Amino acid sequence: MTALAHIGSTGAGAQTPGGPAPEPTKKGGITAYLLLLPGVLWLLVFFVAPMAQLAAVSLQSQFPGYPGYYYRDVNFGSYVTAMTEYLPQFGRSLLFAGAATLLAFVLAYPLAYAMAFKAGKWRGLMMICVIAPFFTSFILRTIAWRQILADEGPIVGALKWLHVMPSSGRITETGFAVVAGLTYNFLPFMVLPIYASLERADPKIIEAGGDLYANGLTTFRRVTLPMSMPGVLAGTLLTFIPAAGDYVNAELLGSDSTKMVGNVIESQFFKVLGGFPVAAALSFTLMAVILALVFVYVRRYGTEELL
Amino acid sequence: MGIFSKSSGAFRDAKGDLILEDVTKSFATFTAVDDLSLTVPRGSFFALLGPSGCGKTTTLRMVAGLEQPTAGRIKIGSTDLTGSRPYERPVNTVFQSYALFPHLTVRDNVAFGPKRRGSADPVGEANKTLELVQLSHLADRKPTQLSGGQQQRVAVARALVNHPEVLLLDEPLGALDLKLRREMQVELKRIQMEVGLTFVHVTHDQEEAMTMADTVAVMNLGRIEQMGAPEVLYDLPRTKFVANFLGQSNMLHGTVAGIDGDFTVIGAGDHKVKVRTSRMAPGEGGEAIFGIRPEKTRVHDEAPSAGSDGASLGPGTLLDVSFTGVATQYLVDVPGVGRWAVYEQNLDLDRISNKPGDQVWISWNPGHAFGVRS
Amino acid sequence: MTTGQKLRFWISERIVMIIAVAVLLYLFLPVAYTFAFSFNNYRKSNIAWNPEGSPTLKHWQDPCGVEGICESLGTSIRVGFIATLAATILGTMLAFALVRHKFKGRGAGNMLVFIPMATPEIVLGASLLTIFVQGFTRVGLKLGFWTIVLAHIMFCLSFVVVTVKARLQSLDPRLEEAAEDLYADPRSTFWRVTFPLVLPGIVSAALLSFSLSFDDFIITNFISGNESTFPKFVYVSYLRGIPAQANVIGFSMFVIAVLLVVVGQVIGSRRRSPSS
Repeated sequence: MTALAHIGSTGAGAQTPGGPAPEPTKKGGITAYLLLLPGVLWLLVFFVAPMAQLAAVSLQSQFPGYPGYYYRDVNFGSYVTAMTEYLPQFGRSLLFAGAATLLAFVLAYPLAYAMAFKAGKWRGLMMICVIAPFFTSFILRTIAWRQILADEGPIVGALKWLHVMPSSGRITETGFAVVAGLTYNFLPFMVLPIYASLERADPKIIEAGGDLYANGLTTFRRVTLPMSMPGVLAGTLLTFIPAAGDYVNAELLGSDSTKMVGNVIESQFFKVLGGFPVAAALSFTLMAVILALVFVYVRRYGTEELL
Repeated sequence: MGIFSKSSGAFRDAKGDLILEDVTKSFATFTAVDDLSLTVPRGSFFALLGPSGCGKTTTLRMVAGLEQPTAGRIKIGSTDLTGSRPYERPVNTVFQSYALFPHLTVRDNVAFGPKRRGSADPVGEANKTLELVQLSHLADRKPTQLSGGQQQRVAVARALVNHPEVLLLDEPLGALDLKLRREMQVELKRIQMEVGLTFVHVTHDQEEAMTMADTVAVMNLGRIEQMGAPEVLYDLPRTKFVANFLGQSNMLHGTVAGIDGDFTVIGAGDHKVKVRTSRMAPGEGGEAIFGIRPEKTRVHDEAPSAGSDGASLGPGTLLDVSFTGVATQYLVDVPGVGRWAVYEQNLDLDRISNKPGDQVWISWNPGHAFGVRS
Repeated sequence: MTTGQKLRFWISERIVMIIAVAVLLYLFLPVAYTFAFSFNNYRKSNIAWNPEGSPTLKHWQDPCGVEGICESLGTSIRVGFIATLAATILGTMLAFALVRHKFKGRGAGNMLVFIPMATPEIVLGASLLTIFVQGFTRVGLKLGFWTIVLAHIMFCLSFVVVTVKARLQSLDPRLEEAAEDLYADPRSTFWRVTFPLVLPGIVSAALLSFSLSFDDFIITNFISGNESTFPKFVYVSYLRGIPAQANVIGFSMFVIAVLLVVVGQVIGSRRRSPSS
C-alpha cells in the first residue's frame, strides 16, 4: 500500500518531516459518524454481506433432480469436493503465482533501484513509463503476449535458432506462457512499492554502508535490501494475491492442462449447471490458503508499515 | 463559545496588559505549567526564557488559545479570554516552523488574516506590511521558493499585519544561522518599537532574550523562577537555576556562618566568603550558595592582601588558559570548592605569563557577589 | 587501463540502469504489438499477422465499425465516471473520519477498508454474483449496468481511502493551527487550508479509481450480465474473432492517457516554480 500512498502524496511543502502519523485530534462526535456512515455502509452491503452470502452458498445443497436450484443447508460436501477434486489446479495456482512473483521481483528490483538512485532527473519519465502501459486494456496486452509468444513469433524463433527449444516445442498453451503473462501483468505492482521504499531511504546510510563494506554487493545485501523490505513485502503481496486468483492469463495463454483455480471457479459459476456451491467453496478455500500463506510470510518478514 | 457567541466581538476588542493568573496546564502524566502568574505591560517586549520542556511554549499556546489551561485565567486588560477559541482572540503567533501556507503566495499568506477578519482592503494591508519587513519584491512567490530567513520574515509579516494586541513569537529565530539571527534580533526589536505592539518572545537563547527584551521571565519546570529587566536578572539572580542559565556563575556551596556588618558570611571547609546581605536570596536553613560571575574575578600569582578578606579564594591550580582575543579565560581548580572560571579582559600591556599547573589565587569585588538558596 | 578493462568498468557502472531500461522496454513490448496489429489486414481474427494487404489504415478509419465495440467503450467510460465520483466522495469522507477523529472501532474501520484490497478479484466477483443473484432479486436488481457501477464503487473505495489517508496524514497540523490563529473559524480553516492541501491526494485517488474501474475485467465479468464494458468486449470477442478496432481503440486510450499524465506533470511543475 506504500505504492498507492506514494501516488497520493504528491506536492512539496505540505509534508511533515518524516515521523509517525499524527494522532487524531477530534473526539468522536456526530461528524465522525456522519463521515463514516456512507462508506462503511457501502462496504458492509457490497463486501461483507456478499462474503457472508458466498459462505452461505458454499454450504447450500441442490434440490435433487433439479440442478441449478439450491436451498439453504449446512452441507460441507462442496468443500470436500473443492479440496479433493481440484488439488492440481490449486497447486498450479500457487506454483504459477509464486513463480510469477519471484520473476517479477527479479525484474522489478533493478528497475526500482535505478529509478530511486541512478535516474536523477529522468525519474519522472521512468515513472510514467512504468505506469503508462497500464492504460492499454490488460486484455489487449495479454493477447499481445499471445502474439509475441506465438509459434511464428520472434521469441520462439530465436529460441529454436539457439537450439534452446526443440523444433516441435511451443510456449503458448504451456505453463510458461501463463507465468510469463502473470509476471508481466503484475510487474508494476512490484515496482512501485519497492521504489517508494527505496526512495524514502536516506542515501547517506547507504553511503555509510559503502564505507564499511568494501564490496558493493555486500552493501546492497546488508544495507539497501533490508531497508527496502517493507516495499518488497508490499509488492510481493500485491503481486501474489491477485495472481493466485487470476484466470485470464490461463485462459488466454494456456490450455486445458494449465487451468488454475480461477478457471475452475469461473466455469463452475457460468458453465456448469449446479456448480454454485462448489464454486463458492473453492473461492473460500482459495482465500483461506492465501491468507494462511500471507500470514506466515508477514510473520517471517513482516513490518507494521504494511497498513 | 463559538463564532456565534455574542461575546466573540468582545474578545476581539480586548485591550490592555496581558495578564496570566494562576495558570496551570496538566496532562495525564505531568504538569507542563504550574500555577503561573505574570503581567506583560502593554507595548513592551517580553521574553519567556527557559530550557526545552520548561513549559514556555505551552504557556504561549495557551495565550494564543491553541491550548486551554486546566486552571487559571488569561486576560487582556479587563477582558477574560479564558475558554475562547484562537480565532476569537486579538492574538497572533509566529510559529517556530513558520507554518506558512504552501499553496498560497507570500502576499496571500499575509493577507489571510485581514481577509478572515473582513477587512476592507486586505491586499493593501498585506503590501504595506511586506514593505515593513522588506519583502515586497517576493510577494508573488510561494513559500517554498524562499530562503529560511525570508520565510521567517513572511511569518512575522503575516502576524503583524493584523495589529494584534499581543504578538507571540515561538522561538522564531531558531532555524537561522548565527549572522542572520543577530540581524533578525535587531530587526524584530526595531519593528516592535516602531509599531508599539506587545511582543511575547519565547526562546532558550539567553543572549537573545537579554538583547531584545524589556522584561525577561526565566522559566523552569513549569514555573517562573525570576522575572525582571535583563540587567537586574543578570546582576542579581535569585535562584541557582537562573544564575547558571543566564550567563555563567562560579559557585561555592556552603552554610551561613555569620553576619559581618552589611555582609553575610558563607563558609565551606576552610574557605570563607562574604556577600552583601541585601544581595542574599531570602530563605530558611543554613545552606546557601555563594555566586560570582567569572568576568568579575581576577587571577593572581600570589595570595591577595589581607583587605580581600572574604573576597578571594586560593590557592588553586590553574588547569587551562584560553586566549579568545578580547579576553583570556582561566580555569582554576580550588580544592574543596570545585572548578572556577575567570574571564579577564586583555587590558595589560604585558603578555600573559600564567601556564597550566601554576598555583594561583582568585579575587573579586565583594559587591558583585550574590547568594542563592538551591 | 586497457580498453577491455575500461569497457567492463563502464558496463558495471551502468549495469543496473541498463537492466532497468531493458525492463521498461519489456513493459512496452505488448503495447507496441497492439499498435502494430491495429494495422493488420486480418482474415478471421486479429491474432495472426496477415502479410497480404497489411499494413492497412482501414481500421483506423472506421474505429466503431464493429458492432458493440463503441457501446462497450461508452459503458466503460460512463461506469468509470459514476464509480469514480461516488468512490471519491465516500472514500474521502471515510479517510477524514479515520485520520482525524477518535472513535471506537477505528481499528475495525481500517481493517474493513483494507481487506477488500487483499482479496483476490475472483472472490470479490463471486461473492457479488451470489448476492446479486440470490440476495438482491427481491429488490428487483438485475445484472447489468448498475450492478457494474455498484461493484466498481466498492473496490475503488478502498484505494481512494488509502490514497487520501496518506496525503492527509502527511499534512502538517501546524498549518491548521496557524489558520485558526489568523481568525479562521473551523469551516474557513477546512475550506481554505485543509481542503486545498489534501486536494492533490483526492485527485490522485480519483485518477487511480478511474483507471482501476476502466481496466477491470474479472469482477465486471462476473456481475455484468448482458452488459459489456470494453475489457469484457475484447475478451469475449477473442473467442469469436477479435477485431483490430479493439487495438485501435486500446492504443488511442493509451495515447490519450499518456498525454493527460504528461500535461498534468507539466502543469504541476510549472506551478511549483513560476519563472518570475
